[in-house]
Amino acid sequence: MLILTCPYCGVDADETELTPGGEAHLTRHGPGSSDDDFHDYLFARDNPRGVHFERWRHTYGCGKWFHAARSTDTLEVFGTYPAQTTEPPKDICDKISGERPGWSWRIFG
Amino acid sequence: MKRYSAFAIAREALRHHSGWERAWASPEPKRKYDVIIVGAGGHGLATAYYLGKNFGITNVAVLEKGWLGGGNTGRNTTIIRSNYLQDASAAIYEKSRSLYEDLSQDLNYNVMFSPRGVMMLAQTHHEVRGYQRTAHANALQGVATEYIGPERVKELCPIICIDGPRYPVLGALWQPRGGTARHDAVAWGYARACSAMGMDIIQKCEVTGVRSEGGKVRGVETSKGPIECDKLGVVVAGHSGVLAEMAGFRLPIESVALQALVSEPIKPCMDVVVMANTVHGYMSQSDKGEMVIGGGADGYNNYTQRGSFHHIEETVRALIETFPMISRLKMLRQWGGIVDMTGDRSPILSKTPLEGCFINCGWGTGGFKAIPGSGWGMAQLMATGASPLTAEFSLDRFKEGRFIDESVAAGVAH
Ligand SMILES: Cc1cc2nc3c(=O)[nH]c(=O)nc-3n(C[C@H](O)[C@H](O)[C@H](O)COP(=O)(O)OP(=O)(O)OC[C@H]3O[C@@H](n4cnc5c(N)ncnc54)[C@H](O)[C@@H]3O)c2cc1C
Ligand SMILES: [Zn+2]
Repeated sequence: MLILTCPYCGVDADETELTPGGEAHLTRHGPGSSDDDFHDYLFARDNPRGVHFERWRHTYGCGKWFHAARSTDTLEVFGTYPAQTTEPPKDICDKISGERPGWSWRIFG
Repeated sequence: MKRYSAFAIAREALRHHSGWERAWASPEPKRKYDVIIVGAGGHGLATAYYLGKNFGITNVAVLEKGWLGGGNTGRNTTIIRSNYLQDASAAIYEKSRSLYEDLSQDLNYNVMFSPRGVMMLAQTHHEVRGYQRTAHANALQGVATEYIGPERVKELCPIICIDGPRYPVLGALWQPRGGTARHDAVAWGYARACSAMGMDIIQKCEVTGVRSEGGKVRGVETSKGPIECDKLGVVVAGHSGVLAEMAGFRLPIESVALQALVSEPIKPCMDVVVMANTVHGYMSQSDKGEMVIGGGADGYNNYTQRGSFHHIEETVRALIETFPMISRLKMLRQWGGIVDMTGDRSPILSKTPLEGCFINCGWGTGGFKAIPGSGWGMAQLMATGASPLTAEFSLDRFKEGRFIDESVAAGVAH
């Protein structure tokens, strides 16, 4: 059972309490952007085998959206953090770099 | 290759089964092939087979990082049906289903296709309308299905409880020529036929990189060294995103776990396949007597072939309400596979931004039924550059808004 700590209410919530929301830190392209950008925002996903940043909602708890850094090949959770950000916090990135040397990620923005 | 026949069984019985040949060869890779297929699941092997059979292209290697058929092809619950809603889906799934009808003869390998009938229960008024609509669509597409009432459901499958308290059975979409087949045999049969045509099936050979030059594919890096090719077919289901990254593009795909389970074997009690999409569960009985059960996919990205237990619980809970007699059954085994989900729940069979590189993926929770048809279309696409079966399933449909929306028809995993 996947357990994530909600960064708002501090509850260690197991996955039946949570709703997954897909890849995090996507750049939102809207009307006026190029077809390619709009397509990538809506559909293209990194879907990595390894480190993944994703959105979750504490649906049956405080109801808020937050972010989690997880590994899709070991199910290890590196950490969770509030959603009011465009990139993962430094301590989580450092932790991942420590455990997975050579790990790299796209430029956030 | 010696053919399998009743005579061969008699001959081998008389000489202590000493004369059976290996079903396929296990060669070391050559330096170069005309075509390399990555992934020896059903779809990869079928693609190779029809490249040889329909187009005479036999200088082909199929590269597999594990053992052939060890991916989703060997992990699914083997439901075969073609009662989809959209015309493009009906065309490829019905082509596939009809190829299954004589696949055993074609491959000279018993794939145990059993057209025992597939029933999709309508348990809400919304589903009643939805399946009536599908039945009408199927009539126009030439796919033989029928909308039936609850009495007929009970007649076809007496162990169903049709007047359950929460979700009574209101009717069903019935496809009499749908059914099941032996999943391993499908992979093994295609592999044997490919090997007999001189193709190389190379197991324990992981593709680790894609080589290109001037926007055109040149070959692959593998755990057995580099191998060159003119054309590359990527057919790796849950690992499509990983291969796409090697080839330098991204896909509208997420990989998630889907699980299944089987019970202890019991006497024959059910000779149709029943799917209950509202409550997320489906069941059939294998030839060994096990009840084969599947349900919904997990919601988050996962490559571990292990799913969440609460999905099993949900599925079993739902099925016990529909089939009260299974409530005392012991479950024997449970497992998971990594399925490749697209937003419109339809597959991708397409050219890619890298010239000479083709992709076949996105079959998600329901591609076992599609193996022969997908291989047929993919081979045509790779050999000639276009196929009427695959045209609508191209990668650019997402950008162009041409979705093939099957999220209703494929509402539950199967
Ligand atoms: C539990 C479960 C139940 C299902 N039930 C049904 C059902 O009832 N009916 C139905 O129609 N469908 C069902 N499906 C879906 C079906 O199993 C799949 O859609 C289908 O088997 C996909 O076949 P494939 O050949 O594309 O993929 P796979 O069989 O997964 O083959 C892909 C192969 O690629 C290999 N590979 C990956 N990466 C590399 C690499 N880098 N180098 C070399 N090789 C690589 C893998 O090892 C694997 O063998 C189910 C799936 C699951 C998991
Ligand atoms: Zn919370």
